[in-house]
Amino acid sequence: MSVLINKDTKVVVQGLTGKEGSFHAKQCLDYGTQVVAGVTPGKGGIIWEDDEKKYKIPVFNTVEEAVKETGANASLIFVPPAFAADAIMEAADAGIKLIVCITEGIPVNDMVKVKRALQGTGVRYVGPNCPGVITPEECKMGIMPGHIFKKGRVGIVSRSGTLTYEAAYQLTQRGIGQSTVIGIGGDPVPGTTHKEAIEMFNNDPETDAIVLIGEIGGTMEEEAAEYIKERVEKPVVAYIAGVTAPPGRRMGHAGAIISGGKGDAQSKMAALREAGAYVCNTPAEIGEMVEKALKERGLL
Amino acid sequence: MKIHEYQAKDIFKKYGLPIPNGIVAHNAHEAEEAAKELGTPVVVVKAQVHAGGRGKAGGVKLAKSPEEAGKIAAEMIGSRLKTYQNPEGLPINCVLVEAGVNIDKEFYVGLTLDREVSRPVLMVSAAGGMEIEEIAKTNPELIIKEHIDPAIGLLPYQARKIAYKVGITDKKLLSQFVKIAMTLSKMYFELDASLIEINPLVQTEEGNFICLDAKIDFDDNALFRHKDIQELEDTTQVDPLELEAKKWDLNYVKLDGNIGCMVNGAGLAMATMDTIKYYGGEPANFLDVGGTATVERVAAAFKLLLSDPNVKAIFVNIFGGIVRCDRIAGGIIEAAKQVDLDRPLIVRLEGTNVELGRKMLEESSLNIIPAKDMADGAQKAVKAAKGEL
Repeated sequence: MSVLINKDTKVVVQGLTGKEGSFHAKQCLDYGTQVVAGVTPGKGGIIWEDDEKKYKIPVFNTVEEAVKETGANASLIFVPPAFAADAIMEAADAGIKLIVCITEGIPVNDMVKVKRALQGTGVRYVGPNCPGVITPEECKMGIMPGHIFKKGRVGIVSRSGTLTYEAAYQLTQRGIGQSTVIGIGGDPVPGTTHKEAIEMFNNDPETDAIVLIGEIGGTMEEEAAEYIKERVEKPVVAYIAGVTAPPGRRMGHAGAIISGGKGDAQSKMAALREAGAYVCNTPAEIGEMVEKALKERGLL
Repeated sequence: MKIHEYQAKDIFKKYGLPIPNGIVAHNAHEAEEAAKELGTPVVVVKAQVHAGGRGKAGGVKLAKSPEEAGKIAAEMIGSRLKTYQNPEGLPINCVLVEAGVNIDKEFYVGLTLDREVSRPVLMVSAAGGMEIEEIAKTNPELIIKEHIDPAIGLLPYQARKIAYKVGITDKKLLSQFVKIAMTLSKMYFELDASLIEINPLVQTEEGNFICLDAKIDFDDNALFRHKDIQELEDTTQVDPLELEAKKWDLNYVKLDGNIGCMVNGAGLAMATMDTIKYYGGEPANFLDVGGTATVERVAAAFKLLLSDPNVKAIFVNIFGGIVRCDRIAGGIIEAAKQVDLDRPLIVRLEGTNVELGRKMLEESSLNIIPAKDMADGAQKAVKAAKGEL
């Protein structure tokens, strides 16, 4: 078992016919993901083909049609920032319960409204501004390089794409596989938080350990630490980026900023340590630390 | 994106918020004329720079005559204002000359996103004039907050709740305050602001509210739908290197250290800085070359790093996901051809097409110090910056 996605997940790609959508849909298909439909308003009725003509996917004008015709139950979104909020709401309205939004640069207020609108609807959305979600060797819904992941029993949740790859690669090299890897993204208003992802991993009987990769900005890591302290028995290995980031400056990600005296790396690390997590000083230690944690608990 | 106080006040005025009479002046003569026209016994001359803490830094001064206003303006314009937020200082190109106001009480009013609840929050404190960070630290109970439901906006009862808690009870003042609060909420959503601050909002001796200061920051991601706001940008207030980086769509933040970093991905870029620090070095910058780096962009990033004279060594740390390692290698080679690569270069490549990338670098006749992983690369960069490698 895994969380969020598995080999039975049927994916509709919103923005399939665009450059990014086409490129990454093909990568997902190559990985074995069941991409069953595409949606591009105005292009309904055409059949999408990848550059090597290996795959043929039907394109629809609306997500509603795509769901009705293909039984898609998850949506992967690549539409430009100005249309992303609309795309997320369209997927939710069509009955899709898992939405992964890759798009970077969506206005914050758009996501504030989407978050408000989807409250209590049971729709799980991940992102935006994220690498996506992967259950290794089953389903890849995102833009991560699939070959660095390996099936196994460690869950990873991260706000950063490349740090996710760094962590997964270190684990894979040590022969430690992953149950599911969730990139929650670098925006200030994420659909899924660290705490929610950790809750999913904690409840997943096939996840033995959890890696949490956070960064400066906001208080999601502190919130996760509180949950870990109260509820999580599984070992948690954490790394927080941005110890050297100056306050008031945005470090690439829209959400990576220390402001109003909140969101520095030190207080996040302290909260996680206090919650019993293994906290790494550099990302180079993540693989080693997970191995140590698993061995200590007799899980490896 | 930040704008100047006078620009923010123009916007305030359009929305009907009360502001003092004021005139922008670009030289001493204009400032003197402005003070005459305003005609109040005292005017305030305010340096227009994109930085907080102007008052403490000497960027806000009282003038008791038009001549004095001219003299102050002459001193300010053309100089740089150094604040705690910006030790190198920002150029003062103009001043705002404002009519003096008879202050009875001062309030802090701020509206920004509360990330903990993913909604905007209106914050008001009777401890006006102080930095909100200071109040939050010393007297958090003095900050009264109301969260705004994005579906419906701020409601009058919320504004009234705040008003009563900060001691605004006079009927006329209460109704003025509610109007100001409601307008701020409307502005926040309509303009896609990320922060609106009035510090201080002043209760005058005459019994009116007036916005003595005005600050609006905008969400960069939403600027595409606000062409008029884009035009307010003043690039003289931005570090020239950061401006150059923006042209190439690179995320660059200048820091004080001497090890230049070029990394793909914001998280890994921060982690690279931290790892350098962990091994005893100081990063010179944050630089994310992003997910769609072309040879040209990587080359531009490289030139940017070399243009910083503080940089003694460069550490390139790339985990190729979408950015393939051969493409990064191509960028490094291309950039090295275009600039004089006179400083040690440490490169760590990992990920897609890594063998091809490494081979290209090895065959390029460039003087590159390879690193097997991130920690190794950081240690080598620290040594190289000290001249020990």
